[in-house]
Amino acid sequence: MRSGPAMLRRFFRRVLGLAGFTIQYGCIVHCTFEYLGEIVMCSGPSMEPTIRTYDVIICEKLSRQFYRIDKGDIIIAKNPNDPKMSICKRLIGLEGDKVCTSGLHDLFRSHIYVPKGHVWLEGDNLHNSTDSRNYGPVPYALIRGRACFKIWPLHEFGVLRESPND
Amino acid sequence: MVRASGFGKRYLKAFLSGFFVAVPVTVTILDRVAYIAKVEGASMQPSLNPSGRKSSDVVLLNRWSVRNYEVHRGDIVSLVSPKNPEQKIIKRVIALEGDIIRTMGYKNRYLKVPNGHFWIEGDHHGHSFDSNAFGPVSLGLVHARASHIIWPPSRWMKLQSELPNKRKPVLGGEEDNCE
Repeated sequence: MRSGPAMLRRFFRRVLGLAGFTIQYGCIVHCTFEYLGEIVMCSGPSMEPTIRTYDVIICEKLSRQFYRIDKGDIIIAKNPNDPKMSICKRLIGLEGDKVCTSGLHDLFRSHIYVPKGHVWLEGDNLHNSTDSRNYGPVPYALIRGRACFKIWPLHEFGVLRESPND
Repeated sequence: MVRASGFGKRYLKAFLSGFFVAVPVTVTILDRVAYIAKVEGASMQPSLNPSGRKSSDVVLLNRWSVRNYEVHRGDIVSLVSPKNPEQKIIKRVIALEGDIIRTMGYKNRYLKVPNGHFWIEGDHHGHSFDSNAFGPVSLGLVHARASHIIWPPSRWMKLQSELPNKRKPVLGGEEDNCE
């Protein structure tokens, strides 16, 4: 009869320990994904030929925190028209830069200066990309991270390529 | 010597394991659940900081309630300033996507809030740098919803979601059914 409560106590202690362990590692995972980097699978044609659908890339968060994102970097950002979706584009202009806003087939080229606190994003596949040419400059705070490394497919493993459009 | 180093090692181990629990758990709670912040400036008078420079309110910012970017008209939210990513601003939500509103000093007199955007204004019109200056703001910039004033204690209260009567949307104020 004595062993009943002792067993129960041991059981509860084990459950509590397991819960604590789960919370601790959940929190560590959250911090890693939020502040260091995360693994992202891409879909859509807008970044071809640099990134194709089903490519897996590593996206690091440090340069966003320290405002080290530069022109030419590929970034992952929240879609300004739908915050639950993410977009992957190349950063073409930082605040104060002069960028060309017209599409490929427009007769007249128009330019604007990127406003303060915003960036200009364009896909590498200029013919099939919804980007800043459609929705205008994007606030810097929507940037989630910088795509720096491709890990899948294996034969393209390595640092992401420079823009094909320069 | 041996005992001392053994003690030091044990102490270090306990410190490290405590550190690896406390820091991630705290950061996650601040990121996911709620945190507190001091309100600066006069843009939300009289709801926040009513006595001006003399005292600042401290508010509880609920991050959990905006995890799916769900905000309602009248809520007080904090968001990253679209003009300066290092700064957070606190404003009242006036209109959501699809609403048509009358602006107060923006370049268009009437405006339909685009998809994925919302319209924010400070309660203290004329002393607030808000959507009337920079236009509709992307929902992705929303950071938290201010739910309570927690300091000073005399001002402790729940912040109500209320829309000033004359700032109701011209169209789209009610959820319309179009099927």
